[in-house]
Amino acid sequence: MSRASDAPAAPVPDAGRGSFLAAYGIWIALAIVIAALPHIFSSGLALSMMSVMGTMIVFALSYNMLLGQTGLLSFGHAVFFGLGGFFAVHLMNALSGGEAPMPLIAFPLVGALAGLVFGIVVGAVATRRAGTAFAMITLGIGELVASSALILRSFFGGEEGISTDRTDLIQPFGLTFGPQIEVYYLIGAWCFVSMAAMYALTRTPFGRICNAVRENPERARFIGYNTQTVRFIAFSLSGLFAGIAGALAAINFEIMNSAQLGAAESGSVILMTYIGGIGNFAGPVIGAILVTYLQFTLSDITDVWQLYFGLLFIAVVMFAPNGIAGLLTLQEPLIRAGNLGRVSLYYPLAVVPALVALAGFSLMVEMTYRLSVGGSEMSFLYVPLNARAPLPWLAAIVLLGGGGWLFLRGARKVGQVYGDAVQEGLRR
Amino acid sequence: MFEIVFISTLNGILYGMLLFLMASGLTVIFSMMGVLNFAHAGFYMLGAFFGFEISRRVGFWPGLVIAPLLVGLIGMAVERYGLRRVHRHGHVAELLFTFGLTYVIQQAVEMVWGKLPVDYEVPRSLDFPAFTVFGTEYPAFKMFELLISVAIFLVLLLVIKRTRIGLVVQAALSHPGMVAMLGHNVDRVFMLVFGVGVALAAVAGVIAGPALVTQSNMAGLLGPILFVVVVVGGLGSLGGAFIASLLIGLLQTFAVASNASLADLFGSSASAGALQTYLSDIWNVTVAQVAPILPYLLLVLILIFRPRGLMGTRET
Amino acid sequence: MTRSDHVPVLQLAGLRKQFGPMEIIRGVDLAVGTGERHAVIGPNGAGKSTLFHLISGHYRPSGGSIRLRGEEIGGMAPQLINRRGLSRSFQVTNIFPRLSVWENVRCATLWAMGYRYSFWRNIERLADARRRTEEILTEINLLDRWRTPAGVLTYAEQRSLEIGLTIAGSADVLLFDEPTAGMSRAETDRIVSLIRKVSENRTLLMIEHDMGVVFDLADRISVLVYGQVIASDTPERIKANAEVQLAYLGTEAA
Repeated sequence: MSRASDAPAAPVPDAGRGSFLAAYGIWIALAIVIAALPHIFSSGLALSMMSVMGTMIVFALSYNMLLGQTGLLSFGHAVFFGLGGFFAVHLMNALSGGEAPMPLIAFPLVGALAGLVFGIVVGAVATRRAGTAFAMITLGIGELVASSALILRSFFGGEEGISTDRTDLIQPFGLTFGPQIEVYYLIGAWCFVSMAAMYALTRTPFGRICNAVRENPERARFIGYNTQTVRFIAFSLSGLFAGIAGALAAINFEIMNSAQLGAAESGSVILMTYIGGIGNFAGPVIGAILVTYLQFTLSDITDVWQLYFGLLFIAVVMFAPNGIAGLLTLQEPLIRAGNLGRVSLYYPLAVVPALVALAGFSLMVEMTYRLSVGGSEMSFLYVPLNARAPLPWLAAIVLLGGGGWLFLRGARKVGQVYGDAVQEGLRR
Repeated sequence: MFEIVFISTLNGILYGMLLFLMASGLTVIFSMMGVLNFAHAGFYMLGAFFGFEISRRVGFWPGLVIAPLLVGLIGMAVERYGLRRVHRHGHVAELLFTFGLTYVIQQAVEMVWGKLPVDYEVPRSLDFPAFTVFGTEYPAFKMFELLISVAIFLVLLLVIKRTRIGLVVQAALSHPGMVAMLGHNVDRVFMLVFGVGVALAAVAGVIAGPALVTQSNMAGLLGPILFVVVVVGGLGSLGGAFIASLLIGLLQTFAVASNASLADLFGSSASAGALQTYLSDIWNVTVAQVAPILPYLLLVLILIFRPRGLMGTRET
Repeated sequence: MTRSDHVPVLQLAGLRKQFGPMEIIRGVDLAVGTGERHAVIGPNGAGKSTLFHLISGHYRPSGGSIRLRGEEIGGMAPQLINRRGLSRSFQVTNIFPRLSVWENVRCATLWAMGYRYSFWRNIERLADARRRTEEILTEINLLDRWRTPAGVLTYAEQRSLEIGLTIAGSADVLLFDEPTAGMSRAETDRIVSLIRKVSENRTLLMIEHDMGVVFDLADRISVLVYGQVIASDTPERIKANAEVQLAYLGTEAA
């Protein structure tokens, strides 16, 4: 922190500084990655997983415009995701047959418009308050829309939802969007554009004022800003991008269901955004990728994956409030000081016991689950065991207790080493 | 007609009192600690399932005492080892912590008891009609629920008005933030308040469980309504929570009992046109069908016309 | 000797503020002339901070009027008052802790530069905002700390930043609430010369407990006692005023 004062006056930021590559290199790299991924992971499962990831990246980033950038905790963000998707689906059905000159690739715009309009309507009410009251209002409005969706059956399709056919539109350049790979590239392109747009938004006067309102809303008023207006604009724009994500989901699955604008979907975007890290633009991206991956894979491994998921979230809130991206940025001072290699040798001291404790805990959970569904024979990590026998329980307790104890000691040691290394880097 | 009104009023008051049993704990916790406990309905659900499990093995009455105590202990542990740690990361982190807790409670309940309703029975000693009005039998268990919640309400009132800890709570309600000046035992006060608050929610769970459906989605169904109650009443106002609880209890009960629809009121000659299909949903829906969304409509209306809630004094 | 002409830029008349049964401000009349450096002094609990909260829009008055350049601003929202050219600092440091010093000051320049809620301009390309930020940082002597998060600055640096936020916009009426509170002698001297510098060509109204600072800086002094202004005059006459001596300066002047 005290670097700047020790060093001779650091140069202030200058717009003219930096080459084209420095400014846009990361975006070029991102475009290449998006284009290349299907050639590396080409299985059908990988393609659908990456399509969902792209959708969720947009959704989580739009959520972080509220939570991370403006400090607004919303429990009803899926409303805009869902409505964006429903409007896209209805327009796709209305234009089916391919008469109207609107190709599939333009439909996310429909979602964007729906998300923006409803963002403005809901925002006008919700952003009158901030803090806890805002959170509760978004929760209430989310419930209002979700339960209304069950009543308005012709628009929301009741339990079974509304389905559509994405191939039944005009098809310029022979793009039918039948194969998943074409859908992947459509989502990839929109994901790239949305990411760039949302990143650009953080670097505008409005984006900075959002940060100021997050940090200290009272002071923001005394430098001339109406905090309610700031919240309102942020809310509306984040509705716009959530609508894009919803339309991408509609295109991907060719069906929208009223569950997609409900509390579970709203909860899931909170989880992925926060686990990824709200303090960093890349955080929600990491969160969306990781959580989607876990959703695809964990459900095959265990029936109670959602419990692990919730516990992971609580662990992040308690121990790593800046999420995974926060843990990564903690390495930055070490990289600058050039001692990351040395310090990272200590990380296993905390990581290995943590994994041991996790294994013990998860053994307990799986055995409890086995007993509650009325069986006793099971296998854990390929080891067959009997959930009614005392030995596995004893083993679980030893793993959890021993691992936990070693973890606490290891974590303290790692903390010390880390702190010393950062101090050392500063002195240099 | 009068019969429906009478029974609905009774049911509405009962539902309202149960809501207040939970909303009171939620309000006191919020006023003293600044945390809106998102998991409050989760603790209510735990109360119901613990009550079910105990009543199945030992009986309903021991469950009525033991289940809230257990939940209270869990609540105190959550405060001591969870919330207190998160506190330094600010209110958003605290709210997110309790949000995660809701999620975990629900998953844990599903893991142990499954997703289907469990058979939580009304105790035999209360399984008889209390009285009969206009040929409708009113169950004694419901009267018992009403009695318990009114009794707890009165005890709470006495505790708040007459005891030392009650004075602290009162001070917190009128001057939030002042609790910080209580000195060294503030941690213990917080832990106690959190424990008692969630134990009250558990009491509501134990006595509501047999009458309603004890199922893993009960927290998800009730939670949002509970938050509507505290926002409509005015965050941090105990009196407001009381009024809002009864208001929403009566509102929903009467709506459920009513079969009118817009089509009944205005005739079914809805205008033709493309919009008709979509509008016909609205036109033909009965008041009973919209009952679930009424609390949220009320919330939106309150926010437009009285942003601080009925009795609220605070901006956030 | 005094720089003020006779046109008051800020005029309070019969201003009142009640909290429940307690009347904290009990009919304050006060005129601050254009370009004046005006200090408000008074014992603890006299209502000085409440007075500032009323003028800056933090509280809504219970009665009376507040005129800024003739326009009634009593009860207006803080941002509207700020946009009309009145800016204030806070007694308890009130900054954006996790934003860098640079972003703190730049945010405070944006409204006055006309960028408002603009979400279509790249902020790094706004040369005028950058220049202005650099100027302010030079003025408050924090340029070499521009990258530091405001929350980790030293107390004295945060007080300077607080002043920086207050002057960064286009306001020409400045309200400083105890700018030197809790500072060492040397730090106080630095802040006093900073205040002298930034209040050139602007109107200054400040609350201050340090009588050295008050008599050093102020062209005029108003004495607030128990929610009322009992005297408003030049420093010399305030010193000599018997009523003030009795009510407030008593012990110090003796």
